[in-house]
Amino acid sequence: MTEMPVINPDKCDGCGLCVGVCHNNALALVNNVITIIATVECDWCTDCEAVCLMGAISCPFEIIIQES
Amino acid sequence: MAVQLEFLKSIVYFSDLGLAELELIRELIFEKTVDRAEMVLPEGEPATNLYFVASGVVQVFKTSAEGKEQILSIVRPGESFNDVPIFDGGLNPASARAMGPVILYGIKKNDMEAMLVDHPKIALNVIKVLASRVRHLLSLVEDLSFKHVIGRVAKILLEHIGDETGRGPRLTQQEMAAMAGTAREVVGRSLKTLEEEGAIKFDRHRIIITDKEMLQKVIEAPS
Repeated sequence: MTEMPVINPDKCDGCGLCVGVCHNNALALVNNVITIIATVECDWCTDCEAVCLMGAISCPFEIIIQES
Repeated sequence: MAVQLEFLKSIVYFSDLGLAELELIRELIFEKTVDRAEMVLPEGEPATNLYFVASGVVQVFKTSAEGKEQILSIVRPGESFNDVPIFDGGLNPASARAMGPVILYGIKKNDMEAMLVDHPKIALNVIKVLASRVRHLLSLVEDLSFKHVIGRVAKILLEHIGDETGRGPRLTQQEMAAMAGTAREVVGRSLKTLEEEGAIKFDRHRIIITDKEMLQKVIEAPS
């Protein structure tokens, strides 16, 4: 399953700033709450997380060691 | 899009003003549309207009001689940028770029100066904005100059490595910033530096540690 940014709809105030900054058009406001609409297009730039003042969207990183 | 009085009221510069004053300000404001990734202001150029973000987001940043960028602030609707050169008459101290489609409200430098003379309330509001800007930049200066943030970020990465299945605690840059006692902008810059030095690489939602020893050296380096 493709990992996607994590959305907390309870925190989303529907400002839509994340929709505007997503250069892959992976986000949209549905019923005034942020929703992921293009599951394969997100490149994890984390701009959506950076602009969200409510902390409603997060892009957590998994940290792994490269197999040698 | 006509300039809305309600929106003008939400701008700190123009808060607590009467309707007549807001109407006068509205006459002086012009609209500018900017595309994604378009440069709004280049660092080092003369400033002619003060801008407020009406919709969208603008990133303010400085670029080093080596081409490295340090984000200074993210400007959201209702907030202004390039205030400093408008008031001190100098050049743009930083660049500004649209993070997506953006609509700006601009006001010419001369009009802003005249407004300050005629409306002391605006002058007081400007002082408040500039004071909070100084506070934010001082905190960034402290992080960038005195704290060994890159070492803390390297330590956080080593302490949060996933198990053999690759699943471990997952961290956002905001969480790393809270752990390192710094700003998200500084964590972003630290991760980029570690990537450039070959200690880590990004693979979408994964940070892959490619050189554990190098990370260890970064942690042990004197601050």
